Amino acid sequence: MHLPAGDFRTSYRADTTIFPTRNSRIALWLGIAALCAAPLLLGRYEMTILIQIGYFAIAALGLNILVGFTGQISIGHAAFFGFGAFASAGFVAQGVPVALAIPLAGLVTALVGLVFGLPAARLKGLYLAIATLAAQFILEDFFARAAWFSGGVAGRVTESFSLFGIRFDQPETYFYIVLFWVLVMFVGAANLMRTRDGRALVAVRDHYLSAEMMGINLAYYRTLSFGIASFYAGVGGALYAHHILFVSVEAFNILFSIQFLAMVIIGGLGSIMGSLMGAAFMVIMPEAVQSAAQALEGSWVDTALNLGSSLNFLREMAIGAAIILFLIFEPDGLAHRWRLIRAYWKLYPYSH
Amino acid sequence: MAEPESGTPILAAEHVSLRFGGVRALTDVSFDIRKGEVFSIIGPNGAGKTSMVNCISGRYRPTEGRILFEGQDITRMPPNRRAALGLGRTFQNLALFGHMSVLDNIMVGRHHLLKSGFLRGMAYWLGGAQREELEHRREVEEIIDFLEIQHVRKAQAGTLPYGLRKRVELARAVALRPKLILLDEPMAGMNLEEKEDMARYILDLNREWGMTVLMIEHDMGVVMDISDRVMVLDFGKRIAHGGPAEVLADPHVRRAYLGEEDELVREDAAA
Repeated sequence: MHLPAGDFRTSYRADTTIFPTRNSRIALWLGIAALCAAPLLLGRYEMTILIQIGYFAIAALGLNILVGFTGQISIGHAAFFGFGAFASAGFVAQGVPVALAIPLAGLVTALVGLVFGLPAARLKGLYLAIATLAAQFILEDFFARAAWFSGGVAGRVTESFSLFGIRFDQPETYFYIVLFWVLVMFVGAANLMRTRDGRALVAVRDHYLSAEMMGINLAYYRTLSFGIASFYAGVGGALYAHHILFVSVEAFNILFSIQFLAMVIIGGLGSIMGSLMGAAFMVIMPEAVQSAAQALEGSWVDTALNLGSSLNFLREMAIGAAIILFLIFEPDGLAHRWRLIRAYWKLYPYSH
Repeated sequence: MAEPESGTPILAAEHVSLRFGGVRALTDVSFDIRKGEVFSIIGPNGAGKTSMVNCISGRYRPTEGRILFEGQDITRMPPNRRAALGLGRTFQNLALFGHMSVLDNIMVGRHHLLKSGFLRGMAYWLGGAQREELEHRREVEEIIDFLEIQHVRKAQAGTLPYGLRKRVELARAVALRPKLILLDEPMAGMNLEEKEDMARYILDLNREWGMTVLMIEHDMGVVMDISDRVMVLDFGKRIAHGGPAEVLADPHVRRAYLGEEDELVREDAAA
């Protein structure tokens, strides 16, 4: 960690802050203030994008705790995201207020995650990957068949968020709910990682044999990280449900799980802010490609290359290309690139 | 040397044997370590020294025999529960948490002493996790100070040079607050100066921090200088046992190290 010259710590408390320098704290508060003002400045489309980034970032952060920090693998994250969405919609159908249904959905999903995380106590690597793949298919099948839970193939309609009679049913207002949860979940994860159990998770990833000698119960922490990851996925899914107000089975397939993995890899494995960056990238990039494709339509490029209807596939291809390019050129993700940029400006213009 | 106390030994190995299929790593090894002493295990490569330490730390489970720690049978106890009893160790090949800072590595050593679980950790300011972290940080800083690694406390452990990593690993084991610390080749691959430093740290840990030390080491000079007692293993058998001078004079030891035929070993090879 690089600190500006003359910035000396005089207490252990000052040495354990999440944001180490005064400037970074100012930037943080300015950023939050700017986000709070966003609904006044941006249109409905932009707000929808921000909301999407918010709930995807929460779920991606959960996956990052599992994959990036604990060093396990899950290719069933979308199923837990979906479970949270259905659970929250289900609670609301039973008369539970939406504000309460969201954390409850998180807790129920965490319990399901603990059950599916049990194999993690014994399995590692590819074997665990296949076990989580099983979780994906079991849950998907459960959604399709358990009509009492998911509304079956017809799906489930749910209500928008309201609290004390105030309805948050527009993107401009619902955004604040998502922002609240993003802040709570990200601060929670940052705190976790600077305390006992967070360090234990990373220790299990880096060297499980010596972690065990330090008194860390491997089975407990491997399972726990599934529980925590599922809680995050559940809350993200619940926020998603009350945003689009209709939850249906098809959405939570394995491709969606892989998109979550892509967010975590692109953002940066083992980085909290990276989860947010990765989610933002994965939401914004397809939109950008889409508008680029629309701009191309009918232009000389289109006619010269005879793209026609294949323009629509640019979006999917761009996602795949982005993952490959990141794996080759920036395996540590956007978070690492951001650190390099910051280091560059900190030393500018005397970079040696 | 610290005055070894008589009475119950801190650790006793009784007739420990360890087999992997047909390979006998250890055969009927018995010894005890007295509270307050520096006890060394030496022997040629493949003699079973690390296997013995792995049996004590719980990585391997002896095929026969038992291991008592302060009179309690720990032969079948899972390794992660041994830290709380007061058993710490370092590894022959470095086993740091490479992506964590030095400080965090050492804080992991406090794991069994910290009480805040993940919920209190996430709430940080509310459940007392912050207070606990800061209290333990104070003691961890003392260890950092003792081992002279202040300048790298925020560095990523995996990026440090070898000698420093060895010291960080020692710091992490000391942070457990062990009664018995197992050091598996603490001086392997070090130059003379680093070895001298390490020998001084080990003696200080023994005398001032009151830790009993079990050490595996190949450097005979160091072993003879700082050990109270020495056990020699060869082909998984105990061939000698006693004070450094006594062991050095033992004919079996001479044969083991000079490669001469030895009746104890031959018997084993025939089996």
